[in-house]
Amino acid sequence: MIEGNGLTPKPYRVLIAKPGLDGHDRGAKVIVRALRDAGFEVIYTGIRQTPEMIAQTALQEDVDAVGLSLLSGAHMTLFPQITKLLKQNGLSVLVFGGGIIPDEDVPKLKKKGVDQVFGPGTPLSAIVEYLNARLPRVQKK
Amino acid sequence: MGRVLRGEHAAASRALSLVIDEAPEADSLSKAFFPKSGSVQKIGVCGPPGAGKSSLTGRLVHHLRKQKLKVGILAVDPSSPVSGGAFLGDRLRIQEHAMDPGVFIRSLATRGMVGGVSYTIFGAIHVLEAWGCDKIIVETVGTGQDEVEIGKVGDSVVYVTTPSMGDEIQAMKAGVMEIGDIFVVNKADLHGSDKALSDLRSALSLGRGHEAKPWEAPVLGTSALTGKGVEELGKALDEHWAYLQRSDEGRKRLKEQHKEELSLYISRRVYRNALNQISEKYLDDLVEHKIDPASLGTRILKK
Repeated sequence: MIEGNGLTPKPYRVLIAKPGLDGHDRGAKVIVRALRDAGFEVIYTGIRQTPEMIAQTALQEDVDAVGLSLLSGAHMTLFPQITKLLKQNGLSVLVFGGGIIPDEDVPKLKKKGVDQVFGPGTPLSAIVEYLNARLPRVQKK
Repeated sequence: MGRVLRGEHAAASRALSLVIDEAPEADSLSKAFFPKSGSVQKIGVCGPPGAGKSSLTGRLVHHLRKQKLKVGILAVDPSSPVSGGAFLGDRLRIQEHAMDPGVFIRSLATRGMVGGVSYTIFGAIHVLEAWGCDKIIVETVGTGQDEVEIGKVGDSVVYVTTPSMGDEIQAMKAGVMEIGDIFVVNKADLHGSDKALSDLRSALSLGRGHEAKPWEAPVLGTSALTGKGVEELGKALDEHWAYLQRSDEGRKRLKEQHKEELSLYISRRVYRNALNQISEKYLDDLVEHKIDPASLGTRILKK
């Protein structure tokens, strides 16, 4: 049998979001592009998003994963707020992050519900592989 | 289902996914939601890429929210024919309304459909109708000259263009220019907008016969940047909706929409069922010339 139902299988939906006040979104856009080319449906909402906006967008778009990009150093404040709001919204989405995030913060973020953190220099294929491996296990209610 | 009818965002979002992914539950959802359909205005926003459809949609939402109307937005962007992925970027321009509980925005990818919308657009509209929208805006993919599907989806179609998109001759061509109920020259803050407005008006007037048409498509200038002309656009949309209500055109359009929804449903079903049967063995048979594609196709369709 040809795979699926003869149509393309349902693509995963990913929200790439930039919380906080830094305006450098080239990194986020590179990720958007890589995921698009890897077959994901990617939603990007621009810079300076509040945690509430990100959680609400994830809810309305019913995404499978949320990728957070942050370079300003506010990740310890904003990432946990976002994972908390996502939970409050009843969403079981995979949250991953990237940007300028010191190694020592990574375990703390993971405790707060951030599944994985990708630092500068991560090959794009690593992020694609990570999502393809992790997403089938994120069960939707 | 009940939760969608009570206006819950999360439930509507889940229902939208089931419908858009053509999940097994989609049919029963469609059945439950259908009685709510057909009574709210579906505004189609179409036009070439970069004309400002999303930004103008954002302005329009603002205008509708001032009247306390609940608004649902379905923003369609293209899927890649290569990877199947998509970059859904319309939301960025409407995002200021993200936290407004009276607004529901969903980005859709075309997922292989040509014509400016997705196969499941009607199902998605029915979910938003059930959710309790007073107005639904469907923003199409940036379209070329003949992507006119929105004309069979929306009640009131707004065709958005910009200055310097070509002269009167361009506006005389068949296709998208025929489906607009309201024409908008956006970016009216730019040089050349007066000429664009008059070219468009002049091209449209060529089709005017001796008798006045029941609806003459107005040509408006707007600037999504400054908000200029948005009030007028809102008024024109209200007038068009009133016209549909009082004439038999409204019912005619609804029939056209149901016909399109039905034919999409049937073609998707037939297509999928047939394609499901393509096996490795069949493909081998073709390679070995044991059978030809036409005979095999006929056999599959008869099953």
